[in-house]
Amino acid sequence: MNKDWRFRISHREALMGVVLALINFLWWYGFAYGLGQKAPEDYTYIFGFPAWFFWSCIIGFLVMVSLVILTVKFLLTDLPLDDREEEHSE
Amino acid sequence: MNWDVLVPLLLFLVTIFLIGIWSNKKLKQSKSFLSDYFVGSRELGGLVLAMTMVATYGSASSFLGGPGAAYDIGLGWVLLAMTQVATGYFVLLILGKKFAIMTRRYNAVTLTDFLKGRYESKTVVILAAISIILFLFSAMAAQWIGGAYLIQSITGLSYIGALFIFAVAVLIYVVIGGFRAVSITDTLQGVVMFFGTLLLLIGVIVAGGGIEQIMNDLTTENPNLVTPYGPDGNLSALYVSSFWILVGVGVIGLPQVAVRAMSYKDSRSMHRALIIGTIVVGFIMLNMHLIGVFARPVLPGIDVPDQVIPLIALEVLPGWLAGIVLAAPLAAIMSTVDSLLLLVSSSVVKDVYINYIKPTATRRHVEKVSFSVTAVIGIIVFLLAIQPPDFIIFLNLFAFGGLEAAFIWPVVLGLYWQDGNKYGAIASMVTGIVSYIGIHFYNEAFGNLLGVHTVTLPVFFSLIVFVVMSLLFKRKVELGT
Repeated sequence: MNKDWRFRISHREALMGVVLALINFLWWYGFAYGLGQKAPEDYTYIFGFPAWFFWSCIIGFLVMVSLVILTVKFLLTDLPLDDREEEHSE
Repeated sequence: MNWDVLVPLLLFLVTIFLIGIWSNKKLKQSKSFLSDYFVGSRELGGLVLAMTMVATYGSASSFLGGPGAAYDIGLGWVLLAMTQVATGYFVLLILGKKFAIMTRRYNAVTLTDFLKGRYESKTVVILAAISIILFLFSAMAAQWIGGAYLIQSITGLSYIGALFIFAVAVLIYVVIGGFRAVSITDTLQGVVMFFGTLLLLIGVIVAGGGIEQIMNDLTTENPNLVTPYGPDGNLSALYVSSFWILVGVGVIGLPQVAVRAMSYKDSRSMHRALIIGTIVVGFIMLNMHLIGVFARPVLPGIDVPDQVIPLIALEVLPGWLAGIVLAAPLAAIMSTVDSLLLLVSSSVVKDVYINYIKPTATRRHVEKVSFSVTAVIGIIVFLLAIQPPDFIIFLNLFAFGGLEAAFIWPVVLGLYWQDGNKYGAIASMVTGIVSYIGIHFYNEAFGNLLGVHTVTLPVFFSLIVFVVMSLLFKRKVELGT
């Protein structure tokens, strides 16, 4: 059952999902609690937002979107999903 | 009554009905009723797939309860809400193409079908069906209450009157249209949510005198509102991080989300959905929760958190625009409710009725049973929602957490771990649900165990139990086959 050539690819892609989530978490946590633990009087502000929020939630979101786009463009593979199609292709 | 607001809302509802009727025509032409009614013949393209996942997930909790909590707690709650960006890519990548291939192979149209194909066990099927019916019932009740509140605050009708309108609208539409109608209107609703939240955010920022001014006002009122730690500094990093499991990665275990991961047309649709889904879910969550925080200086002293969004929309926007914007949360709630309703009825019809009561049912018979079960469930939920509890988000999270604890490992390890077997799956589901309910009541009485959200520990317990039981019974399974 696990001999199917498509499964090797899909296992690798699932791992990419885990890696993306780890990066996402570290970025989110690092900026939020790294910059946010100061006393509020000492906060710096970017575009009106406290720096921790700007980096963690706004830039963090943009970073994740770019990473997902890069992953889709360069790392994911097109596969036939139906068993019948698969027999026909090579 | 405020007709400025009502006209765009009514137009929105009418459009949705038209889509339902159109889908019903397509349904009549399709070869397999079950596959079309419950997964839309697996024909979803990238945009529709992304939008239907976002809309199903972005429910009353994120559109009314979430911004309401952000209003009370400040930027810390927006930080927490942003854990949901992960759902945009995580579910589709983890379940991934293997899930799509396997569900096609098993000819599965529900999550339970997949578990049945994978574990070949009657107990697993029954357990899955029961937990779906039980937990999604409470989730649905929460959503209906949210929908009714919303209609109530816009129209000024009584709660029961508003609930009735909402119930009738949802029921007619789900019963006639099935999954295709649900996923196509989800797309429309997703688009409405996307632009609606953006407009409202701009409106609130303008009304508050710019972001800088708003932050200033918040700091003057209570400096903790602009920290990640909540108004009294009690929102710990650990607790907020544990929401990664509840609303970030654990979402894989939600049957209403998983069923969408088996309904796309081809791998290209899935690739597009990854990008669109991540953008849309992050954008909507960020906007919606920021609106909640920014509403505080603009409109202080709102007591019922769920009314923050409707009240602020009516305050800062002209009537007709408020009507369009308020169609967004109504859209969110309807799209969640309709997919839950469909899922519960698929569970009853497909997993229980056809599997064990009448396997030889004809197409016409299945059609009749599907329509009437869907309608009956809707009516029962309506009756339950007549006596509403106050805080939607917790009722809602109770159901989602329970399902996640039950399903995440049987699904994920069922896909990726060959040695996982039915003993592991059964034990894992029971452990997940029982420990979830136990810890839920413990946390209510004594505060959060180990300082994390209720769902965290059950997810770990059910993982350990799944692995241990699968290995323990490995020999027995090998001898048996």
